[in-house]
This record gives sequence, C-alpha cells and structure tokens, in this order.
Amino acid sequence: MNAADEQLLEDLLAGKHRALARTISKIENRSPGYRDLVSELYAHTGDADVIGITGSPGAGKSTLVDKLAEAYRERGETVGVVAIDPSSPFTGGAVLGDRIRMASTVGDMDVFVRSMSARGTLGGLSTATADAVKAMDAFGKDKIVIETVGAGQNEIDIVRTADSVAVLVPPGSGDSVQTLKAGILEIADVFVVNKADRPGADRTVQELREMIELGEGAGFGGGAGHHGADAMGTDADADATDVDGASGGWTPPIVETVATEGDGVETFIDALADHRTYLEKSGTLAERTRQRYAEEIRTLLREDVHAVLEDELERAGGVDALAEAVRRGETDPYEIADGALDPVEACLDELEYESLELPSE
Amino acid sequence: MTSEQEQRSIRCLVAKVGLDGHDRGAHVIARAFRDAGFEVIYSGLHKAPDEIVQATVQEDVDVLGISILSGAHNTLVPKIVDGLEEYDALEDTMVLVGGVIPDEDKEQLKDEGVAAVFGPGTSIEETIEFVRENAPER
Repeated sequence: MNAADEQLLEDLLAGKHRALARTISKIENRSPGYRDLVSELYAHTGDADVIGITGSPGAGKSTLVDKLAEAYRERGETVGVVAIDPSSPFTGGAVLGDRIRMASTVGDMDVFVRSMSARGTLGGLSTATADAVKAMDAFGKDKIVIETVGAGQNEIDIVRTADSVAVLVPPGSGDSVQTLKAGILEIADVFVVNKADRPGADRTVQELREMIELGEGAGFGGGAGHHGADAMGTDADADATDVDGASGGWTPPIVETVATEGDGVETFIDALADHRTYLEKSGTLAERTRQRYAEEIRTLLREDVHAVLEDELERAGGVDALAEAVRRGETDPYEIADGALDPVEACLDELEYESLELPSE
Repeated sequence: MTSEQEQRSIRCLVAKVGLDGHDRGAHVIARAFRDAGFEVIYSGLHKAPDEIVQATVQEDVDVLGISILSGAHNTLVPKIVDGLEEYDALEDTMVLVGGVIPDEDKEQLKDEGVAAVFGPGTSIEETIEFVRENAPER
C-alpha cells in the first residue's frame, strides 16, 4: 500500500467521514490499490449487523430505510446505508434517487448514506456493494442497511451480503400463484407488507402466511422463507442439512408497516433483532458468514482469471478478430476457448505450487 | 494481481437549495447528465445548505451542481462552500451554479470557489462538455 492509501485507512479508522466516502469511491472505481485497502479493512470488520431491504420498485424501500435509520439513531446506534439504483444499459449513466426519501436523519452525520449505481450488475446489488459494507463496518457503524435496486422476481444477490433480509411486499402484488414461485420470496427472513393502510393489505398478509405454512408443513426441502445453502447456489450437497439442520428453526414473521407514517417500524426492528438472536444461537450466522466468504473468494478468483484471459485475448489480436474468424467458418468458439486456456492449465500442472495453504494456527 | 481495470464514472450531485420550488431545470440537467453516462444524485427540493454539504461529503461526488432561481445565491452558496471546506471536500469537488445569477454576482461566486456559473440559455452540451473536461482528477 502506498502512503496515501495508508493515510486514508488511518483516517477511516479514526472516524473521518471524508475518508470513508473516498474509500468507497476507490472501491467503486476499482482504483489502483483498492484491493490492498479492502484487504486491510478485513481485520477491523465483523461487528456490524448487516440488514438487506429488497422489494419491487415503489414498494417503499427507501422510506422504510429512512425510518429504520431514524429508529436506530434514537436507540443510540450508528447507521450506514448503501442504496443501489439501476444504471443505464446504454450509457452507463444513472439517476440515484433513494437519498431524497431519506430526510428524517438529515444533519446527523452518524447516518452515512451512500448512493450507488448498479454499474451494469443485474442481481440487485453492484459488485462494489459487499466491499463498501466492509468499509462501513470497519469505520464502526453498528447497523448497516443495504437497499437493493427495485427488484422483480430474481434479484437475490442480497442474500450473499446481508445477515438478515427483509422483503417488502406491497398490497396487490398478485394472487397466491405469485407466492408459489421461486425467487425473491424464498430469501426473506422477515416479510414486510408496507403501505398496510391500503386496500388489499389483509389479503396480501394472508397469502404470505399461507405460503409460509405450506413450506413448513411440506417437509420436502421446501424452505419457504429462510435462505439456506440452496439460495447461495453453490453447494447442492448442503441441501439436506438445510432441512433438518439449524436453519429450519426460523419462520419468517410478517410485519405490517406504513413507512411514510413510521407505523410498525418498531415491530420491524424487533423482528430483525429476533432474527439476529436466532442467527447467533443456532450457529446459522457462522454458516452464512462462511458461505459468504466462499462466494467472495470465488468471485475474486473469477474476476482475476477473467482479467488475465482478457489480456491474453488482447495479445491474440482482440476478441473481434477471433469472432470474425468464427463468422467466416474457420474455427469455432470452443476451439478458441480451449486454445486460450491450455497454456494456463499447463502452467498450473507444472507449478505444483502450494501457495493455497490454510494459514497456520 | 496486475489486471486491475479502473472503472471510473463521473458522479454528480444536482442540488436544489433554499426556498425555491422550481425544479424543472434540475430535472432536465439530471436526465441529460444520466444520458451522458454520469451518475447523478438528485437532492430533492427545499434543502438546507447543511444537507447539501452532508450529501456531497458522503457521496464523494466529483461535481456539485447547485440550481438556484430564488436570488438567494449570495447567501446560500457561501454556506455550502464553507461547509465543504470544513470536511476537506472543497479542493476536489467542482462546484457549479446554474440559474438566474446577475452578471455582477458571477465574479464574486467564482472568488468564493465556484468553478463556473451557467445562466439561462446555456446549452446542455456545453455544460456536459465542461464537466467532462474539468471534473477533478483524483
């Protein structure tokens, strides 16, 4: 790490807001040296509760996050908020409008709100989100709230980053067939029926309740609410432990809120606290944390290998020339991919290096 | 690892400050900046200078564009600039002012740390070009 980054790290740990802001920018921009910086941050993390809020566009996520932050502040806890909005697929530009809704805590620098563009990522978060959360954790925030992009049915990256996930379901989100579908409703640790003063709220609560009960009674691996290993999508074997294991003990509660009025926010906070207690007592927290780090290691490696191969492609004259060769029928994509990978595999075989060791105790 | 590819994107805060309910211009600018590939945070209406300072510091924007049509720029802009200085954010944030600013006030605003003042009739392209060329190097 160079001297400037060391100073930045020192300032961040000392609680300078500007240093935190700049660190997150470096992470977002992947500025030179950001990896060393994040690597240093790890030693100072692990104390914050990370809460994810997701739901459809206009469900009231930002407003609820605002009230949540206010309530935590009243309890004397410091709060970090990462709010993600989509970026344009055409220009890469974005209008980040979550901050407008977060007016309750204005003037209080102990609520650190950071708006992020998804920068082309489709899972509801940006690639920099997890590392930005690390930065806020190291900074000393007690609670970190992540607000995802307005989500449809399949934006479930949030389970890989948050300890507890709340899914907002506004009244009138479709009939009971919608609740049968896989995806976002499976990842909720807490359901929030926001805008509960609207007509149809009772029915939505009822349908969610039926869905949860269906999942519990079935007994064939139907984790209706909790996000176990299957949601992480990495290890199929873990499926079995998910059913009888500790994570089977949590039934997601349904909380009704009217975020604009602040109604139900206390109940929501209690539900999140209950879930936190459950995570700690059942050992699920350790399990989740482990899965999260496994995912992070894989993502990093994937990106690094990808970058190496991109360089390789450039050396071979760029992907366009190769694509043109395929178009002319001279070769095919599989052959090219094999050709690019062969030397890498050969290297790995020859090296037999053992740098991938567990750190000794 | 050598292959770190920088993915920088210009971040802007479009701010409405004080008792001024006209946000049409701010919306147009926000949209145009988005289409130019910038990341735009819009503050919303009727913000206090402190709120703008807080947002600028936390969001670490490259450009703060303040839209003022109320005539109170000589009071509000210095408050924001002072606030930015307090958090060491002034030196690498470019402050722009847009709106109806009389010519005789422009120089004073620039002395206080505003990089440029865009009055009525400024083309969108001109503003975008200015931001592209002058966004602070970090």
